[in-house]
Amino acid sequence: MKVPTAILTLIIGILITLASLWVSQNNDLLLPIAAASEAAEIDRLFASMMAIATGLFLIVQGALLYSLFAFRRKSDDQTDAEPVHGNVPLEIVWTAIPAMLVLWLGIYSFDVYQSIDSVGTMGSHNMAHQHGDMERVADADAATMVTDQGQMYSDALSQAVATETVEPLQVNVDGLQYAWLFTYPDTGIISGELHLPVNRPVTLNITARDVIHAFWVPEFRLKQDAVPGQVTHLNFQPTEEGVYPVICAELCGAYHGAMKTRSIVHSGPEYQAWVDSQLVANTSKETVAQSITVSPLEHHAAAMGLPHHLHKPHQSDLAQVDHAPSAS
Amino acid sequence: MTEAQAPHLEEVEVTPWREYFSFSTDHKVIGIQYLVTSFVFYLIGGLLAELVRTELATPASDFVQRETYNELFTMHATIMIFLWIIPTLTGGFGNFLVPLMIGARDMAFPKLNAIAFWIIPPTSILLLCSFFVGPAAAGWTSYPPLSLMTNKAGEAIWILGVILLGTSSIMAGLNFLVTILKMRIPSMTLNDMPLFCWAMLATSALQLVATPVLSGAMVLLGFDLLVGTNFFNPAGGGDPIVYQHMFWFYSHPAVYIMILPAFGLISEILPVHARKPIFGYQAIAYSSIAISFLGLIVWAHHMFTSGTPDWLRMFFMIATMVIAVPTGIKVFSWVATVWGGKLNLCSAMLFGMAFVSMFVVGGLSGVMVASVPFDIHVHDTYFVVAHLHYVLFGGSVFGIYAGLYHWFPKMTGRMLNEFWGKVHFAMTFVGFNICFLPMHVLGLQGMNRRIAEYDPKFAALNVVCTIGSYILATSTIPFVVNAVWSWLAGPRANSNPWKGLTLEWTVPSPPPVENFEEDPVLAIGPYDYGTPKALDFVAATLAPAPALAADSLE
Repeated sequence: MKVPTAILTLIIGILITLASLWVSQNNDLLLPIAAASEAAEIDRLFASMMAIATGLFLIVQGALLYSLFAFRRKSDDQTDAEPVHGNVPLEIVWTAIPAMLVLWLGIYSFDVYQSIDSVGTMGSHNMAHQHGDMERVADADAATMVTDQGQMYSDALSQAVATETVEPLQVNVDGLQYAWLFTYPDTGIISGELHLPVNRPVTLNITARDVIHAFWVPEFRLKQDAVPGQVTHLNFQPTEEGVYPVICAELCGAYHGAMKTRSIVHSGPEYQAWVDSQLVANTSKETVAQSITVSPLEHHAAAMGLPHHLHKPHQSDLAQVDHAPSAS
Repeated sequence: MTEAQAPHLEEVEVTPWREYFSFSTDHKVIGIQYLVTSFVFYLIGGLLAELVRTELATPASDFVQRETYNELFTMHATIMIFLWIIPTLTGGFGNFLVPLMIGARDMAFPKLNAIAFWIIPPTSILLLCSFFVGPAAAGWTSYPPLSLMTNKAGEAIWILGVILLGTSSIMAGLNFLVTILKMRIPSMTLNDMPLFCWAMLATSALQLVATPVLSGAMVLLGFDLLVGTNFFNPAGGGDPIVYQHMFWFYSHPAVYIMILPAFGLISEILPVHARKPIFGYQAIAYSSIAISFLGLIVWAHHMFTSGTPDWLRMFFMIATMVIAVPTGIKVFSWVATVWGGKLNLCSAMLFGMAFVSMFVVGGLSGVMVASVPFDIHVHDTYFVVAHLHYVLFGGSVFGIYAGLYHWFPKMTGRMLNEFWGKVHFAMTFVGFNICFLPMHVLGLQGMNRRIAEYDPKFAALNVVCTIGSYILATSTIPFVVNAVWSWLAGPRANSNPWKGLTLEWTVPSPPPVENFEEDPVLAIGPYDYGTPKALDFVAATLAPAPALAADSLE
C-alpha cells in the first residue's frame, strides 16, 4: 500500500521535531557544568539554537541523502529530468521561515544578553581614550563606573543587588604575559588565583599590561578581552562552589597556551577564612620586609648618594611574593 | 542558436606548456597559472596544518617550539586564505570561466589581468622566505600590540605581502566588474548570465570596497612596526581596537570573497549533473548581491568580546543573523535542484552535493556564533575553528574540487579518471569530518584555540582530529596523481562532455586563443535542461564539424 505524501510528510515532520527536542534537552553533555547564574541563561539559549539547528540539519541532509539514492540516473537513461524552474509559493515559505527564526533568535539573544548584563563596556572606552595612558583606572573610578552602568542597565542582577543590598565584590584583573593577577581593592589582597564567594555578585575590572589577553572561565560561560590602556568589565554571580580554570583566550605570545590559573568559588565562611589568611600573610610579610630591607637599603642609598624614595620597597610587590602565578 | 565550433577531436589545439610560464595575456592561460600556483600553496599550507595537528596530538608542547607553533598556524592561515582559496576561486576559475561564459574573447584589461597574477609568485616566495628570519607569529589576524612585539622582520614581510596580495585582488576585482558589466554578448542580459558570473559580480564589488581598508590597516601597522608611530600601539596612546575594526572590515567580507564564487560554481555544477534547471535562478542571483551588501556591515561580530559597546554588539548580531536568510535561500534552492533530478554521481557532483551538506553545518554554527551571549562563550575556541573550517574547507575547498573535476576537461582537453576521483572524494569527505567535527565539542568544553599545549582531558578528541587530518592530507595524493597523469595522457575530452548549456561548452576543449571565431548569439538559457532546445544545443556542441553548427543557424 502506498502511503499518501501528506501523511508521510507529517510523520517525518513529527520525527524531526522529536529528534530536535531530544537534542536540545540532552546537550548538557556538550557543555561543562554551569557554575554561574549567567551560564544557565546562556545554556538555555544554546539548547534552543541546537533544537533549530538539528531540525534544519536533518531536513537538508535528509533531502540530500534521499536524493543521492532515489534520484540516481539509470545507466541506460540519457534523458533530462522534468524542467522545473521554480515555485514562487515554496520560495516565499522558505524565505519567510528562516527570516522568522532569525528574528526570534535575535530577540531571544537580545533578551538573554540584557538579563545577564555580564559585559558592561559603556564608558570604559571613552575613559581610556580621554586619559590615553596605560595606568589602571583608579579603583574608586572603576567602582563608580560600574554603579553607573547598573543604573543604566536595570536588569535582574542589579535589582537583586538593590533588594538584597549586596554590593558586588570588586576584583581588578590584570593580564600580563603569561599570568593573571587579581587585586581585591577592598582589602588590598593580590593573588594569582581568583577566589570568589558563592552566590555573591562579582564585578571584574579587566585590563592588560602588555598585549591583548582574554579572561575566560568556561564554567561561567563568560569571556572578556583584557586590552592594554582600557578597562573592560564582567558582571556575574557564581552559583556553584568548586575550582574552575581561568584561561587566556586571546593569542598573547609563545606561552599563550600556558597562561592559565584557577578560579575558586568558596562558601561564605571559607571565603572569609581565605581573606583573613591573606591579610595576615600580607601584614607579616610587610613587617618582615621592612625589618629586613629598609635598614640595609637606607644605608646603601646613603652610601651611593641615591635619592631616598628609590629604595622604599613597594608594598604591592611584597604582597605578590607568594602569590605570583606560575606560567604552567 | 549559439554558434559552436566543434572540430574533430584530433584537431583539438593544446596550449604549449611554455605558454604557462610566460607573461601571457590570455585569460585562460592566466586562469590556469592561478590554479596551479595556488594548488602548490594549498599543499604547502596543508603541510603546515599537519605540523600543527601533529603538535596537538599530545597535550604537551613537545613536537615544535612554542614560538614555532605560533608561526606555523599563522602562516597556515595566511597561505590558505591569501594564496589558495581567494586566488583559486577568483583568479583561477574567475579568469578561466567568466569571459567564456559571457561570450567575450578576453577580460576587459588583459595586461592588468596578467599583472594581477604576476604579483602573486614573487609575493608568495617573499612570504615563504620569512621562514629564514622567523615568520609572523601573531596569527593571521596580526592583532597589535602582539604583532608589534614578536618576529619583527617576519611581521614586516607579512605586512608587505598582505599589501601586495591585496593590490592584486583589487586589480582582479576591478577587471571582473568591467568585464561582466561591459563585455557580455549583446543578446545576454544580466538575467541571462550564468550564476557563476553573478557570484563573481558580487565578489568583485566586495574586493573593490573592502580590500583598500585592509591595505590601509596594514600601512598603519607597518608604520607602528617600522617607524615607531602609535596608531595602534597602546604603549604610545594608540588604540588596538581601531586596528581590529579596520582589519575585520576587510576580513569578514573576505569570507564571502572566499565563498561566493564557490556558491557560483555549485550553481553551475548541480543543474548539469542533475539534468534539471537550477531552482530559483533569480533568488540565487539576487541573494549573492544581498550577501555581498550585508557582508560589509557585520565585521564587528568578530569583536563581541573586544570591549565593543553593547548597542554595537546588538546591531552586528542582528545584521549577521540576517545573512542566514539569503544563504538559506541558496541552500534550499540547491536541494530543490537536486530533488527529482536524474543525478549523474560523478566526482564533480559528489563534491558539489558534499559542498551543500558541509556548508549547511558551517552555516548553522555560524548563526549560533552570531548570537552575542553564546559567542561570548565560544569566541576564540575550537568551536570557531570547527565553524570556519566547515565554511572554508567544507564549503570553499569542496567547491574548488567540484569545479576542478567539472571543468578539467575544458581546461586541459583531457578527462580525469573517475575511479580515482571517487577515491579522492571519499577520503576527503571522511578525513574532513573526522578532523573537524570533534572540534565543535572541544570548543564547547573549554579548549581555546591557538595553543600548543592543552588540558589532558581534551587529549582523546584531539587524537581523533589529528588522525582525520592525516587522512585529509593523504587524500590529496590520488588527486595530484590523477590530475598530472590525466593532463599528460588522459583520454581526450570532447567540447561538451557533461552536456552543459553555458557558452564555454560550445568551444573546443581546450578553447582556442580568443575563444570564439565569431561572436556567439544566445538562443538558450544557461539552465534550460529538459527542453527540446537543450537537446538541439547539446547536439550542436557535439557536432563533428563546424559546418554543421553553422548550417543549423540558418
